[in-house]
Amino acid sequence: MLHFSRLKIFFISLTILIGLFFFIPNFLNTPSKIFPEKKVVLGLDLQGGSYLLLEVDSKPLFKEKIDTKAFDIRKKIRSERINYTNFKINNSQTISFQINLENKNEIEKLLNNKDINSRVDETNKELQFVINDNIVNINFSAAYLQRIKKNAMEQSLEIIRSRIDELGTREPTIIAQGEERILIELPGIKNPKRIKEIIGTTAKLSFKFLANNDANSNSFDILDSKSRLEKFNVEKTLVLSGEHLTDAQPGFDNINNSSVVNFKLDNFGAKKFAYATKNNIGRRLAIVIDNQVVSAPTIRDAITAGSGQISGGFSVEEANNLAIVLRSGALPAPMSIIEERTVGPDLGQESIDKGIMSLIIGFVLVIIYILINYRILGIFANISLLVNLILLLGTLTLIEATLTLPGIAGIILTVGMAVDANVLIYERIKEELLIEKNIMIAFDNGYKRVLTTLLDANITTLIAAIVLYFIGSGPVKGFAVTLAVGIITSLFTTFILGRLFVASYVKSKKGGVIKI
Amino acid sequence: MFNIYNKNISFLKFYKQFYLLSFLLIVISFISFFSNGLNLGIDFKGGTVIEMQFDKKYSATNIREALIQQELGDVKVKEFGNSQTFLAIFEKKSGKSDFIPNVKTQLEKSLTETINFRRVEMVGPKISKELTKSGIYAVLIALILMLFYIWLRFEWQFSLGSILALLHDVILTLGAFSIIGFEFNLSIIAAILTIVGYSMNDTVVIYDRIRENLKKDDKSDLLDLINISVNETLPRTLKTSITTLLALIAIYFFGGEILRGFSFALIWGVIVGTYSSIFIAAPLILIFNVKRDWNEVIDKTP
Repeated sequence: MLHFSRLKIFFISLTILIGLFFFIPNFLNTPSKIFPEKKVVLGLDLQGGSYLLLEVDSKPLFKEKIDTKAFDIRKKIRSERINYTNFKINNSQTISFQINLENKNEIEKLLNNKDINSRVDETNKELQFVINDNIVNINFSAAYLQRIKKNAMEQSLEIIRSRIDELGTREPTIIAQGEERILIELPGIKNPKRIKEIIGTTAKLSFKFLANNDANSNSFDILDSKSRLEKFNVEKTLVLSGEHLTDAQPGFDNINNSSVVNFKLDNFGAKKFAYATKNNIGRRLAIVIDNQVVSAPTIRDAITAGSGQISGGFSVEEANNLAIVLRSGALPAPMSIIEERTVGPDLGQESIDKGIMSLIIGFVLVIIYILINYRILGIFANISLLVNLILLLGTLTLIEATLTLPGIAGIILTVGMAVDANVLIYERIKEELLIEKNIMIAFDNGYKRVLTTLLDANITTLIAAIVLYFIGSGPVKGFAVTLAVGIITSLFTTFILGRLFVASYVKSKKGGVIKI
Repeated sequence: MFNIYNKNISFLKFYKQFYLLSFLLIVISFISFFSNGLNLGIDFKGGTVIEMQFDKKYSATNIREALIQQELGDVKVKEFGNSQTFLAIFEKKSGKSDFIPNVKTQLEKSLTETINFRRVEMVGPKISKELTKSGIYAVLIALILMLFYIWLRFEWQFSLGSILALLHDVILTLGAFSIIGFEFNLSIIAAILTIVGYSMNDTVVIYDRIRENLKKDDKSDLLDLINISVNETLPRTLKTSITTLLALIAIYFFGGEILRGFSFALIWGVIVGTYSSIFIAAPLILIFNVKRDWNEVIDKTP
C-alpha cells in the first residue's frame, strides 16, 4: 500500500494537472491561449434569470377540432339527404345524433369514408363511432387525439422559439418536457414580464364583421373589447384568419398619435379581404385577437392592397409585442405557466458572494481542526483537501455541470466529509501503531484495513446523491452532482494522493518514531 | 473532558435508557407532525413566493395589508435577513403571464414605494403534487437501495439495524422541522437524503468494525464486543462529525437566508445521525443477536 511505482505517480500527477487545467479558467477574466475557455456553468439562482415551465392546454384545441368535425359530418349527412335529429356535441367530446333505423348502413358507410374519417396510422383511424339502435355516437380516437397533441406541442415549441429569438435573449434554453410541457430557461433576464407576455399570448387573430342590429342572436358572439370596457356583437362568420398574414411590423400613426401594427396578407388573403370589404362598405370590421376585440374600424373603401393596419391605442411596447406574436403565428393551443422561478442578478451575485464566503470560512475551520489533530499528517490531509477542491471544480467545469446555490453548499459539505476519509485512515493507523512496532507495516495495514470501510461508507452516500440526481430538479440536481463528484474526487485525493504523501513521509523517516 | 481514546466507555450499558429517550423523541415528533404538520413551502403546497427589497427600512405589516387587498389568499410576510428585505408567501398562483407584474404594480401603487422583486417563485398545483410525489419517492428509493447494498455487504441484522437507525433520523428531522416551523421545501428533501447518506456512512463504519471483531473473536460477550467496536471507532465518529459540523456551521451563519433551513437540517441531521449510529444502530445488533460463528465467512469476504 505504501509503494508507488513511477507510472502510478505519473498518472496521479497527470490527473491533478488535468484538474488544474479545467479549474484555472474559472478565475481568468480574459481568455488565455493555454487554457480552455470553458467556465463552470452557473445555475439561474446564481447568475440570475428565469425558469418557466409552460403547459399546453389541449382542451380548446380538441373542442375546436370536434366543432369543425361536427360541421363537416352534418354537411355530409345533409348532402346525402339522410334524415337526422337531435344533433349535438356532448362535453366537447362526443358528437351524437339520431337517425332512422333504415339509414344505419348509409351512415356507417359515410362515417367510414376517408374524407370524413381519415387514417392516423396503419391500425388507427381518426374517428371511432358506435351506432346503438338509432343513436349515433362519434368520438375522436385516442390515437388521433394523441397526434393532435403531439402536433400542437411541436408547433408550440417552434413558435415559442421564434418569438423568444426575436427578443434577442442571451442563450435561452427552450425544450419540450414530456408530452405537454415546455421548459424555458432564460439566463440573465432581470424582469421576465415582456417574455411572459409574448409567450403567454396565443395570438389567434381573426377578422369578423360586427353583427347588424337586427341579427339573430345565434349568429353572433358577444366579445369584450381589449380594455374590457365595451362589448361587441361579433358575427360568427369568419372573414379571414391570421394564417394569411405574411408580415406584421410595428408602426406609428401620426394622426392619432399612437402605435399601430401594419400587416401584409398573402395572395389568397388579399383577394378575400378585398372581396369582403368591397361588399360591406359602411360596416364595422372587428379585429379579434384571442377572443378580444382589439379594434373595430368602419370600412370606408374596399381594401385591395393586401395590407392593413391594426390600431388599438397601443403603447410602443404593446405594438412591438403584437407584431412579434403575429409574425410568429398563433399558438395552436393556449399555454399557461405552471411553474416559475425568477432570480434577479443582484440576488444571484449576493448568493455567489455568500457562498464563497462560507466556503472559505468552512474550509479554514476544517483545516485548523485537522492541523490541531494530526499535525504533520494533517498538512498532508489539508493539501489533499485543497487538491480535492480543485479537482471537484475542475470536473464540474469539464462535465458542464450546473453549479447552483445548494451546489455550493454541496461543495462545502464535501469539504467536511472528505476529511472523513482522512480521519478514518489516520485513526486506523493510530490503532495499528499500538499493535505493530514496525511503522511501515503499521501504516500499510492501516490503509489496507480501512479500504472496505471507506468504500462501503462512501457508496451509501453516493447512492443518496444518485437518487437525488434522478429525482430532484433544478437547484437540487446541482447539489446532487457536486455531492456525487465530490465523493469520487475525495476518495482519490485522500486514499491515493494522501497515501502518496504519507508514504513518502514514512519512508523518509526510515522507521524512526512517528507521532500522530 | 473525557478521553476519546479510552476504550472503556460503556455505551451499551444504558442502551435501554437511550432507546426510551429515542422512543420519546419519536413520539413527540409524531405528535407534532400530526398536530402542527410541516410548514410546507410552495414546492409542495403550490403558491407564490416573492423576495422583495425596499430602498429603506420597511414594515412587514404594511406589506401584508397591501397584499391582502389584492385577494391573493392566505398571505404571509416576514423579514428576510434584514429589515429592507421581505419574503411574501401567498396561496394564489396563476398561469397568466401578467400575474406577477400586476402584483408588483399594485403593490408599488398602494405602498407608494419602488420595490425590487429579487426573487419570484410560483408553483402551480400540478407541479406541487408532482414534487411531493417525487420527494417521497426519492427518500424511499434511497432507503431501499441502501438497505439492499448493506444487505449485500453485511448480514441481514446489520441491514435491518442500519435502516431502523436511518428511519429514526428521518423521523426526528421531520419532527424538528414540524416543531421549529422552518419552511419545508425541496432543498430540505435534498438535506434529508444527505443526512440519510451521512448517517448510513457513520453506521457502516461502526458495523464494519463490529464485523471485523466478530471474525477475530467468537468467545467474548456480544455486548462487550459491540461496546469495544463502538469505542474503537469513537475518535473517528466524533472527529468526522466535528469537521462536517464546522463546514455546516459556516454555511448556516454565512451562507445567506436561502440556505439557512437547508444547513439547519444538515446540522441537526449530523448530530442525530451520530447519536443514532452509536446508541441506536450498534445496540440493535445485540438485540438481533447476530450469529457468532464467522469461520466460513472469513474466506469469502475480501
